Amino acid sequence: MNLAWILLFLPLVIAAANQLVLKKTGLAPIVSVASALATFVIAVLLLGEEKTAWFSWATIGDFSIDIGIKLDRLSTGMMIVVTGVGLLVHIFSLAYMKADEAKARYFTGLSLFMFSMTGIVLANNFIMTFIFWELVGLSSYLLIGHWYQKDSAADAAKKAFLCNRVGDFGFMVGILMLWGITGALSFDQMKGGLEAFQHANAPIAVGVLSAAILCVFCGAVGKSAQLPLHVWLPDAMEGPTPVSALIHAATMVAAGVYMLFRVQLSLGFENFEALPASTVIAWTGGLTSLAAALMATQQDDIKRILAYSTLSQLGYMVMAVGLVDGEAGMFHLFTHAWFKALLFLGSGALIYACHHEQDIWKMGGLLKKMPITGITFAIGTAALIAVPYVTSGFYSKEEILTAAYTHNKVLFGIAVVVAFLTTFYMTRAYVVTFLGKTRSENADHAHEVGPLMWIPLVLLAAMAIGSAWLTGPLNAIDPRIHAPEHAEGHLVILSCSIAALVLGLFTGFVLYNGKEKDPLSIPLFRNRFYVDGFYDNFLVRYFQDAFAAIIAFFDEFIINGLIVGGFSRAAESTGNIFRKVQSGSLQGYAFVFGIGVILVVYFTTF
Amino acid sequence: MLALLVFLPIIAFIAILLGAPARLTAIGASAVNLALGLFAAITWHNAGLWSFSIPVLEKPALNLAFGFADGMSAIMVLLSVIVTLAAVLSGKAPEGKEKLYFASSLLISAGAIGAFAATDLFFFYAFHELALVPTFLMIGMLGRGDRRAAAWKITIYLGLGSIVLLAGLVWLANLTGTYNMVEMVKGAEKVDPAAQKSIAALLVVGFGTLVSLFPFHSWAAPAYASAPAPVAMLHAGVLKKFGLYGLLRIAIPLVPEGLHYWLTPLLVLLLGNILWVGWVTISQKRLDLMLGNSSVMHMGYIFLAIAALIAFPENPLARSAAIVLMFAHGISIALLFGLTDRIERNTGTLDLQDLGGLAKSAPGLAFLFGIAAMASIGLPGLANFSGEVLVFLSAFKSYNGTHGLGPVQIACIFSIWGVVISAVYMLRAYRNIFQGPSVKATATAADLTCADRIPALLLILALFAVGLYPNLLLNLL
Repeated sequence: MNLAWILLFLPLVIAAANQLVLKKTGLAPIVSVASALATFVIAVLLLGEEKTAWFSWATIGDFSIDIGIKLDRLSTGMMIVVTGVGLLVHIFSLAYMKADEAKARYFTGLSLFMFSMTGIVLANNFIMTFIFWELVGLSSYLLIGHWYQKDSAADAAKKAFLCNRVGDFGFMVGILMLWGITGALSFDQMKGGLEAFQHANAPIAVGVLSAAILCVFCGAVGKSAQLPLHVWLPDAMEGPTPVSALIHAATMVAAGVYMLFRVQLSLGFENFEALPASTVIAWTGGLTSLAAALMATQQDDIKRILAYSTLSQLGYMVMAVGLVDGEAGMFHLFTHAWFKALLFLGSGALIYACHHEQDIWKMGGLLKKMPITGITFAIGTAALIAVPYVTSGFYSKEEILTAAYTHNKVLFGIAVVVAFLTTFYMTRAYVVTFLGKTRSENADHAHEVGPLMWIPLVLLAAMAIGSAWLTGPLNAIDPRIHAPEHAEGHLVILSCSIAALVLGLFTGFVLYNGKEKDPLSIPLFRNRFYVDGFYDNFLVRYFQDAFAAIIAFFDEFIINGLIVGGFSRAAESTGNIFRKVQSGSLQGYAFVFGIGVILVVYFTTF
Repeated sequence: MLALLVFLPIIAFIAILLGAPARLTAIGASAVNLALGLFAAITWHNAGLWSFSIPVLEKPALNLAFGFADGMSAIMVLLSVIVTLAAVLSGKAPEGKEKLYFASSLLISAGAIGAFAATDLFFFYAFHELALVPTFLMIGMLGRGDRRAAAWKITIYLGLGSIVLLAGLVWLANLTGTYNMVEMVKGAEKVDPAAQKSIAALLVVGFGTLVSLFPFHSWAAPAYASAPAPVAMLHAGVLKKFGLYGLLRIAIPLVPEGLHYWLTPLLVLLLGNILWVGWVTISQKRLDLMLGNSSVMHMGYIFLAIAALIAFPENPLARSAAIVLMFAHGISIALLFGLTDRIERNTGTLDLQDLGGLAKSAPGLAFLFGIAAMASIGLPGLANFSGEVLVFLSAFKSYNGTHGLGPVQIACIFSIWGVVISAVYMLRAYRNIFQGPSVKATATAADLTCADRIPALLLILALFAVGLYPNLLLNLL
């Protein structure tokens, strides 16, 4: 158990040491990488452990908020993803951020993130989850805003934090409601409380639980960037690319899915079937996956394409959780983490080699110039578009499709369309970036990146292919363990997914191979359904700010001006009489105080 | 020992008036007081060590009596001495005004410590009034901007509030027949239900005005904006908590039924603090006014804890939550006002439009202000979160899903939206001041020197201590 506490607190100690001591020495990057390696080793050592330990963080009478660690299959498996991807991203960052003058701040942020994310994964109670939930929001804010002198980065960081805060509003309410219903904050004790509640209040139990779960779900909507709070994730690409790989693709954004699954696991899956909240969750996920995939087809910035792809895949996972087939969602989370981190780091290598060019139309022909990046990126793409039998993404996407097919045929239809769109936009991205001729000077001068960058790519590529076979030893959640037999409709699902793949590859290749500019132009998708514009211009400027200005006006002129102003003018004129004797506020005060004394006398004698 | 704690600032005040070096005396006395305050917080149980009483009047029996009735007093005294040291360390007196500047700061501190440690109702009230006089004077004489108007406004408001409060307190003293606060609580049953309603109204309005309860709040922002840094730090951080302390110490034990009668209006008013004033805060264009309004807004959360305590009397959670949040807010707002003063000294402006990119030229200031901002928006790991989460939990204490949400829970849900509002204005301000490209005012702005950082670090240490491990504070209760 001591190991688990070290796993949790080591990154915090490192972050503090970096900030306080090592900032100026240049040792911060190395120390952070060493800490990431240590946490990965500990995570491996903890595989298979099932224990809980806690200490009291805030005690009042018999009430206590704990900080605790819960080791089980879910948390130890997730820790492998967090520390594994984390370690590779740390190593990649050594090279990527080599020339950055604020390296120490960057690595401090990474260590802080590792601490926060570990806390979410290991948490044994809801308040602790919330604490670390907010802290990952902070580290994400710090890292997105790493280049804070750029207006776009500073705005993106703020936007990410605020979107998450809006989600956390619901999350907190949900936690409080669940606490009221179950009488417990600890995951281990919730189920008993819920059963007692259902027993005592059978008629309203479904409704109350639904309301609470929907509030909790708001937290996941913010963190996992589901509709309608998805707008922050694409903007978060303003952060350094390794950060996007770790936080905004593999781990933090998946925390919403992880949390929902943890809640289902704690409260019992049977309580979520036929719960109206589950339907809402499933549809939110399904619609997010579709909308994000449509938006991805018309983006030109390579990181933004991947960001929308992440949104879309997160939608898949949320949908699976909503269909009460969370194991499929967790399995997809596991495989997705590796191949999406690979794709992001690959894009980082491209951006690094092309001198911070991110527009795919200014790249082109990079496969020849950067073969390792090109091939590993191809492997990542293959996993994302689920090339049958040889990639991990195929197996997990099959599970998602199976879940949808079993529970809701409309969502299954959406999921297949998303599979097609995914193949289409990734083919577009790959063809435009890596094939054909180079289309800019920056791309002409590109050459393969150094080993500190390509070794993580190769390792991640291996996981992109192999992770589906490693779920056993790595403790990842894998629904195939329970259902070795192919489920009903297996052939339909398989043929749909292969058809989507072939069609997507074909249209993507035919449309984009050898093109100099985008032959398609769909403003609705390119402009992200105008949602961002609506938020910025309407909600923030005209609603929030105008509303605030109106309130401020009333505050100033009604409360302050008329009501109180009357008093103060009266008092000031009284004060003027005194000021003729002497100047200053003291007399006015003495006057008021004098009235007080008179009142004292009055009341004492009365 | 307690006499020393209370009167050391007054002795130092007299010494400064008699010609002792102002800044050094103030710092020395505050540092000694900090040590004493820490010691007091740990050992307050020892009544022999920490109480004294001098008879002043035979009839009515008035005693200049001090002691720690419970941990709340000790924690508030601790808050006072921490903020006092930070305030005198970070303040910079105008040329030739050192005496007035530091002597007044010490007097405010003495008043606050005296009020929190007093066990006699008269001195409880009188020490608070004692602290208000230098507050008004400092704003009126050494303030910035429209200082006369601000000084008048705060004088009138707090003066009237004090009178209303006094009426309630005297009424209570007459009913219970004593000025000894401990004895008063023991005689709580003498306060009949009919009187409770009126007394509760007087106390809520009186104490409420001192804490800037909506709609008696409009004195606060302009006063803090024009007050010299130590005054803003001491008043917003410490002295303002007097009203909340009074509600917890006197109103809740003595007039519980009366308060219960006013519960719904109180919930509406505290939502006025959180939402109405929250939106007012969003539209502020100057940092000092924004912080002033934000401190008004955050009072709403402490009122929420008090409301939870009124609604569910068997709720130790709510009382502890209120105390933790009072402490946390006091430290964090003092830190914000101290650093804001630095921003103005180093850049010459507090207008959000004129600032930008300050983190480049003053990274140390940006880092410390960032911590303060995060504390104020309730980020876990810093003290305010510990308080806020306990407040929310305490408001949901009686909810069990069976009967739907009660008024306190509904108010709590609206209050949680305030957490979003805080983040909106605080991050916007941080974004405008520290991030983005450098502008004229910030390009060559100086950073903090090592000595400048000491007061901020002192406060941040307290924020982290309570934020990382709230039991440090809760165990003192």
